Amino acid sequence: MPGATLTDELDVLHSGGTGGGTPGSAGGGGNAGGRRPSPRGAASRIYYTGISLALAAIVMFFMALVSAYIVRKGQGGDWRPINLPQIVWINTLVLVASSITLEASRRAYDRDDATSFRLLWGATTVLGLAFLAGQYIAWRQLAAAGVYIASNPSSSFFYLLTAAHAAHLVGGLAALLYVLTRGWAYLRRSSGIAASVTGVYWHFMDGLWVFLLLVLQMGR
Amino acid sequence: MSTHAVGATHHAPPEGFIWKYIFSKDHKVIGIQYLLLALFSVFVGMGLSVYMRIHLAWPGMKVPLFGGDFTPEKYLMLMTMHGTIMVFMVLTTAPQAGFGNYFLPIQIGAADMAFPTLNMLSFWTTFLSLMVLLAAFFVEGGAPISGWTAYSPLSALGSITGPGQGLGQTLWIFSIAIFSAASLMGAINFITTTIDLRARGLTMMRLPLTVWAWFVTAILSLLAFGVLLAAGILLLLDRVAGTSFFIPGGLIVSGVLQTKHTGGSPLLWQHLFWFFGHPEVYIAILPGMGVASHVLATFSRKPVFGYRAMVYAICGIGFLGFMVWGHHMFLSGMSPYTGFAFSMMTMAIGVPSAIKTFNWLGTLWGGQIRFTCAMLFAIGFVSLFVSGGLSGLFLAQPAVDLQLHNTYFVVAHFHLIMGVAAIFGMFTGTYYWFSKMFGRSMNETLGKWHFWITFPGVYFIFMPMHFLGLVGDPRRYADMTAVEFLKPLQPVHNFITYAVFVTVAGQLIFLFNFIWSLRAGKKVTDMNPWRATTLEWTIPSPPPFDNFAGHEPVVYRGPYEYSVPGHTEDFVPQHLDPAQVGKI
Repeated sequence: MPGATLTDELDVLHSGGTGGGTPGSAGGGGNAGGRRPSPRGAASRIYYTGISLALAAIVMFFMALVSAYIVRKGQGGDWRPINLPQIVWINTLVLVASSITLEASRRAYDRDDATSFRLLWGATTVLGLAFLAGQYIAWRQLAAAGVYIASNPSSSFFYLLTAAHAAHLVGGLAALLYVLTRGWAYLRRSSGIAASVTGVYWHFMDGLWVFLLLVLQMGR
Repeated sequence: MSTHAVGATHHAPPEGFIWKYIFSKDHKVIGIQYLLLALFSVFVGMGLSVYMRIHLAWPGMKVPLFGGDFTPEKYLMLMTMHGTIMVFMVLTTAPQAGFGNYFLPIQIGAADMAFPTLNMLSFWTTFLSLMVLLAAFFVEGGAPISGWTAYSPLSALGSITGPGQGLGQTLWIFSIAIFSAASLMGAINFITTTIDLRARGLTMMRLPLTVWAWFVTAILSLLAFGVLLAAGILLLLDRVAGTSFFIPGGLIVSGVLQTKHTGGSPLLWQHLFWFFGHPEVYIAILPGMGVASHVLATFSRKPVFGYRAMVYAICGIGFLGFMVWGHHMFLSGMSPYTGFAFSMMTMAIGVPSAIKTFNWLGTLWGGQIRFTCAMLFAIGFVSLFVSGGLSGLFLAQPAVDLQLHNTYFVVAHFHLIMGVAAIFGMFTGTYYWFSKMFGRSMNETLGKWHFWITFPGVYFIFMPMHFLGLVGDPRRYADMTAVEFLKPLQPVHNFITYAVFVTVAGQLIFLFNFIWSLRAGKKVTDMNPWRATTLEWTIPSPPPFDNFAGHEPVVYRGPYEYSVPGHTEDFVPQHLDPAQVGKI
């Protein structure tokens, strides 16, 4: 969702503000006391505000699921612990690695090193895809062992939480691909906002997965 | 007028009908789209309630409905769809997404919302949600019967639990999930816009109370709708994937033991639903409070009494709104200690609510009151808010609630405070801003007819319901004459139905006035007919595409400077340069 809406609005950044002035320059009395950076500043700030809010909503969504998990486990009776497929641990390493390449990529951007940026950003995208493929394999392994979504509440939550996380990660992948397919000049012109906001989202999805995995492992 | 030059509009003006009026990214067009969606929905929802009232008054009468007799299940279908359409498609869309979309950017001096594309997406997602919801009427089995709260296991087991519980209920869940996504997009836009796009000099404590209300409402939406979405997904999985989140084991439905499901918790659904559901009440009412404050000040020619207290009260109501969901569940068998905690928190909401009420009265006190239609509805809002709020204090006590919860007392309570008061907020906004939105005025005489029919009308409808509830008339019953001890209450039900007819007629006057004024209302030449202070009155009616024509206003003062001593006019607009004060 956040990735899909960047397209048009980024275009306005470079057609954007001329002469917003400095705070307090208007009105002889200096009575216009509000803080106000230049429109260009505001134009980029909205993306950071927007993504933070989106993440807050996503946290509420997952917290609702996790609290349902805790309550449902407390209902007792029919809860059968499932053994998480080993591959989820490898997947986790892959996802953490993608965060590292992403961070390295961001630094390459700061150094104005287009080649390294593209390489590392591409690596992040590939690692993200590999994570999703790995999660799919985990599902197949569970299904092969006869554990389906309706088997018992523990497995229901495993499928649900991994699927919900994967759905959010697909959005992140779309954003990664979006940045990857833009020209370097475009990214420099938009001050790297698309790359930066995508990075915030991706790191968050990484951390969220580690949290969910711990919940699934320890709460089995 | 002091403005500040900025070259930026967020996007170029669109060309062609489709991009201008259908898939528009202009917040003003989107606001009107939301208002029209709500206007359509409110008449559908009202039609459903008229059907219910006719059946309640004359249960023996053969009213044709979806081919076939009027069964109790059909009554529940009408009730479910009435509640769902009204709560989601009217109370959540018009006050916030409708008026908020149109006026929040203008009142803060912005050219548009922060994310215009997201804004457009948000509207069309809402539209899709409405279509999916209405589709439930036309599928096999019809619309769902489990109420707007969709309690499990009734909502979770499929068509074995009744007509409409098959595909109809599934469509309902899809609709609500889509609606949640749309509301989240809207909330992100509203909050970002308020935080980042305010004009120079417009500090948070200079924001009009309308903007404060929309801002806090958006925060509530942001935190609540994600939870509803999660709950909806769990419920959907219970229905289609055979999981047991909300369905207990050993359940016997229609004489059949349900073996597929084990050990789920129906209460879990209630907790998740009401964690959303209670903030939802404030999502519906807070924008009305903002508009009422705004209009009361304008037409009393006085500053809002206790502006800061009003802001803190809005925030306090929003904060406490997240801690009281359990008061909807006193009957669910929760621990009395838990109930006690929820009860205390609930009554604590009385404090900020009373602050608001007294400040509204303080605003009116000693003012030069002008009884325009907008003012009448704003005063009506205060009245309904008090009437509906006081019964909330009864229901907040578990011991009393146990008696009253499943009776008409609750129907009376939530209709007055959440339904009718919020609708009065919308009428206030419509009469106040119509000329700004469309460049023509609504007819004030027809508007006064509308008010003087509607205001007593809603009291005649909902006041008697308190008494019905006190004597034990259960809600959700389709036919009171079928129960011996309820038979003597039938004349009261008949009275309510007659009151409904009159009130609905009043709404037709409004609809006529609205449509007629769009085409033939008096053209407004004055940008500021109400002599009001906020920024929307500094631009033409209707406003140009980017609101301030490439200029950004500068704000020098708070939003309610009326009757300022030493100034020649009795108001000082927010944008007026301090050097000019007292000179013009």
